[in-house]
Amino acid sequence: MEKTVNQKAWFLVLPVFLLVAFSAVIPLMTVVNYSVQDTFGDNAFFWAGLEWFEEMLSSDRLWSALGRQVIFSATILVIEVPLGIIIALNMPKKGGWSSFCLVMIALPLLIPWNVVGTIWQLFSRMDIGLLGSALLAMGVEVNPGKDPVAAWVLVVVMDVWHWTSLVALLCYAGLQSIPQAYYQAARIDQASRWSVFRYIELPKMGGVLLIAILLRFMDSFMIYTEPFVLTGGGPGSATTFLSIDLVKMAVGQFDLGPAAAFSIMYFLVILLVCWVFYTVMTTLDKQEER
Amino acid sequence: MATPLPPRAPRDLGKPVSIVIMTLFLIFLFVPIYWLVIMSLKSNTEILTSVALWPKDLTFKNFATIFGDSTWYMGYVNSLIYVVMNTVISVTVALPAAYAFSRYSFVGDKHLFFWLLTNRMAPPAVFALPFFQLYSSIGLFDTHIAVALAHCLFNIPLAVWILEGFMRGVPREIDETAYIDGYSFGGFFLKIFLPLIASGIGVAAFFCFMFSWVDLLLSRTLTSVNVKTIGVAMTRTSSATGFDYGLLAAAGVLTIIPGALVIYFVRNYIAKGFALGRV
Repeated sequence: MEKTVNQKAWFLVLPVFLLVAFSAVIPLMTVVNYSVQDTFGDNAFFWAGLEWFEEMLSSDRLWSALGRQVIFSATILVIEVPLGIIIALNMPKKGGWSSFCLVMIALPLLIPWNVVGTIWQLFSRMDIGLLGSALLAMGVEVNPGKDPVAAWVLVVVMDVWHWTSLVALLCYAGLQSIPQAYYQAARIDQASRWSVFRYIELPKMGGVLLIAILLRFMDSFMIYTEPFVLTGGGPGSATTFLSIDLVKMAVGQFDLGPAAAFSIMYFLVILLVCWVFYTVMTTLDKQEER
Repeated sequence: MATPLPPRAPRDLGKPVSIVIMTLFLIFLFVPIYWLVIMSLKSNTEILTSVALWPKDLTFKNFATIFGDSTWYMGYVNSLIYVVMNTVISVTVALPAAYAFSRYSFVGDKHLFFWLLTNRMAPPAVFALPFFQLYSSIGLFDTHIAVALAHCLFNIPLAVWILEGFMRGVPREIDETAYIDGYSFGGFFLKIFLPLIASGIGVAAFFCFMFSWVDLLLSRTLTSVNVKTIGVAMTRTSSATGFDYGLLAAAGVLTIIPGALVIYFVRNYIAKGFALGRV
């Protein structure tokens, strides 16, 4: 479907452009500004060039936060994607039970992120939480305040609890679009359950699955509130992911220069992934139109 | 039948297994929420002295505290004010823009569309401090509109993408017929086009509402005394007298309600909304 060329369409886009530019470009310029300047206080700034970038790139702090972030994002993707697919495959296809499942599954997605942290904090505490006290009764101590492994497991379980539904809902939407005739054909061919999945369902889910993976990657890459409430980034800095570290640096310690340099590099990574996402998606859209 | 097909389709084979898997998953999702609800109905002494699956003496004291104390319930009111402001702004400006993206090609359209996406994906942590300085310098710090505008950063792109997804599904012939019938652009857009994508507008509004409601980082950074948000109110349950778990749980339960109330109406569009209109 060819679109009409019409430069006047810019007038329709203008309000969006101005508002988003106000909230995105001005703050980003502030960040760029700080990233190349230094100060001794008193609001007197002087040029620092790429000093901060060099400092950040050679600091262990940035690299270890990035390392933890990558491990975290990879872990939750490895768990949430297959689990989400399994849930989607087992979702009832129609009727009231299906609506019920849809609504129930979507619920964790709509809970404010700080409340998600609170829920898991209350749930996992050894003295007052169901999970914590049940595990304690079985002889397993869950102490995210002291034990890095427990903190990690809790943060990952919380994220699986919070976001697996997103993968499941997207895959379910993909499955719903497969015509019944495909399954009938497979039945005539006496295809096994596995080959139905491998040759019919998986390819048909490809597009939505890609969106799910990329959304999950992006959102886990900027996760802040939930682990902040649950573990505060601790114990030590065991669960300090990129955003938590950045806020600590910028708002807690007010290290504007390094924090700004950090922000810019962080943003560039996001930009790169976004570009991949966009390219793949527009290609898929074009294939669909053909 | 003479030539026997397998008696059941491969999908039906797994029926009981499906029910078991779904039940287990729903239990996994529900037990933590159940625990929060149950805690909100217990007194603090009961919470601290026993771990029971249901409250021994049911109390609504925690909810009464929230509804009786203006620093508490104003948290919800303040949050609702900026969330509604943000939803109205986002959807209003996104509607014409989404129409432009779905119907016309113009200089820079693809780049603009991509740039919007990058803002949806931008980490709020990067923007927290610059937003604080920006809104302080223009005298908007600690107002509802500051938070509403800040949330526009990710909600306008979201609304544009979702609405564009819905508008693509409306055939172009409808536009052309309306123009031939003598409608002006404004008349066509308001009287014919908007009713056609009413569900899309509902879904976009729902998602703007949700994403503004679930954010804590930006709203906390941009407000202090006049506009206390519910997220901030909840961080204050630890006082000199100790942690008030019952109250914290009750406050949490109340934040879940707005989402739970409307979710049924958008149930068939949840996937589409989260996938930025691309499903």
